[in-house]
Amino acid sequence: MIEIVNLNKSFGENVVLKNVNLTIETGQTKVIIGRSGVGKSVLLKSIMGILIPDSGSIKIDGVEVTDLPEKEYNKIRMKIGMVFQGGALFDSMNVAENVAFVLNEFMRLDKRTVDKKIEESLALVGLQGVEDMMPSELSGGMKKRVSLARVLCMDPEVIFYDEPTTGVDPVTADAINTLIVELRNKLDVTSIVVTHDMNSAYKVADKIAMIYSGQVIAEGTPQEIQQATHPVVRQFINGDAKGPITDGEHLVFGHLT
Amino acid sequence: MAYRFISYIGELSLLGGRTFYWALVPPFKIGRILAQSKRVGPGSFFIASLVAFFIGMIMSLQMAYQMVELSAEIYIPSIVAISITRELAPVLTALIVAGRVGAGMTAELGTMTVTEQVDALKAFAVNPVKYLVVPRFLALVIMLPVLTIFSDVIGILGGFVICVYKLFISPSLYWSMVIQALTAKDILTGLCKTIVFGAIIALVGCHQGLNVDSGAEGVGKATTQSVVVSFILIIMADCLFTTMFYFIWNM
Ligand SMILES: Nc1ncnc2c1ncn2[C@@H]1O[C@H](COP(=O)(O)OP(=O)(O)OP(=O)(O)O)[C@@H](O)[C@H]1O
Ligand SMILES: [Mg+2]
Repeated sequence: MIEIVNLNKSFGENVVLKNVNLTIETGQTKVIIGRSGVGKSVLLKSIMGILIPDSGSIKIDGVEVTDLPEKEYNKIRMKIGMVFQGGALFDSMNVAENVAFVLNEFMRLDKRTVDKKIEESLALVGLQGVEDMMPSELSGGMKKRVSLARVLCMDPEVIFYDEPTTGVDPVTADAINTLIVELRNKLDVTSIVVTHDMNSAYKVADKIAMIYSGQVIAEGTPQEIQQATHPVVRQFINGDAKGPITDGEHLVFGHLT
Repeated sequence: MAYRFISYIGELSLLGGRTFYWALVPPFKIGRILAQSKRVGPGSFFIASLVAFFIGMIMSLQMAYQMVELSAEIYIPSIVAISITRELAPVLTALIVAGRVGAGMTAELGTMTVTEQVDALKAFAVNPVKYLVVPRFLALVIMLPVLTIFSDVIGILGGFVICVYKLFISPSLYWSMVIQALTAKDILTGLCKTIVFGAIIALVGCHQGLNVDSGAEGVGKATTQSVVVSFILIIMADCLFTTMFYFIWNM
């Protein structure tokens, strides 16, 4: 279980997260939605300890991680896999080395076992025969999938997906959604999925939380969110350009002048 | 400005401290150090040798300009040998490596930073200092003295060409003058300096790379800055060492 209480994070003047409260139950999938730039990636990175929050508490399985020494934190990080928004593949390594990164770095396994594991992980994301390619030779969607395979290869108990279906074709996107659901159902993986893709959100979520101006303004099951009356939530899930979210912005947004 | 400089030195020392610490924590991945050494050493050998050779020649010619009038050409080999091993080979090799390798390190680590690869390392419980900085640091600290030894020899060879073919000093006389003039102290103080220069290049290169703000522009800026800062710090460190050695030996 991951419990976030009163989390704050600013970059200089730019206040990104303001008293965020969020709980992710073990074995459940929490979808986080919100506009671009609202701090979704910052939230995931704060939980991983990549960014240091200004204040607040983050507990992972009961352990307060915000002031945890590096060594203890790393034990927790070993159980969490993060699929980065841009893939974040190591571009000096080929696909196979990327996927097996954690195995090669921390475990002494024979080559056959590693190769098999690489093949299995890539198959799960619908890729084969790409082992020897370099990240620069892959398409954006393929990078995303290799990044997911790299996380699956470490058999994580918790997975953070930062926009797993963005930049991926609809067929592959649906397959990834199915994979997220199956990981939850069959392997009891706890997940946080950050997405803008409402179809994907409805399909994979146990609970959906919406972040708006640094705070969680709504949280509920997909049905509850679909029936929400909060105007900000309504505008977001319907994808309207006009509404309270865009009111304060003096933009011609979407219009030629 | 002074404040910026001092805080920059502080940040570098901090990175240096962490690099030392992580260099001593197992596991030790020798392969990674070798891979980096390969990029530093053989890659810079040709250009460093070329520069050293020409500097050796130029030094001899410039000396000849004055010494011939005094009929003191015979001292040229000693002067060339001493100035090359004590000063020119270490500094020039370091500057070349800073431009070639230091800049490359900044560009590489900078790109890794802006594309979240450094974040990914942290997420996989891998310390970026141990994984990225330590091998580069050790590679430079080991390879720069090695490169300098080659530069020493080749620089003196450059002097040989001018002295023997232009000033008609006999080859055996040239070598005996060189050997007579050089002491182990000259060579060693030169090499000691290069260890520090290597550390400066690696720490500045990595520090600039890991602290890139954003985007391709940020990487470009950091790369330029890395070269400029390395140059300045190398020259400053050189001045400091030369003064220090001067007073130590003259006490
Ligand atoms: N390392 C950083 N340094 C300074 N500011 C940052 C940093 N990372 C993020 N920010 C700022 O934090 C805010 C939130 O960024 P974040 O990447 O979390 O957005 P996001 O919700 O993930 O958006 P998107 O859906 O477009 O990915 C942005 O205003 C961004 O400028
Ligand atoms: Mg994001």
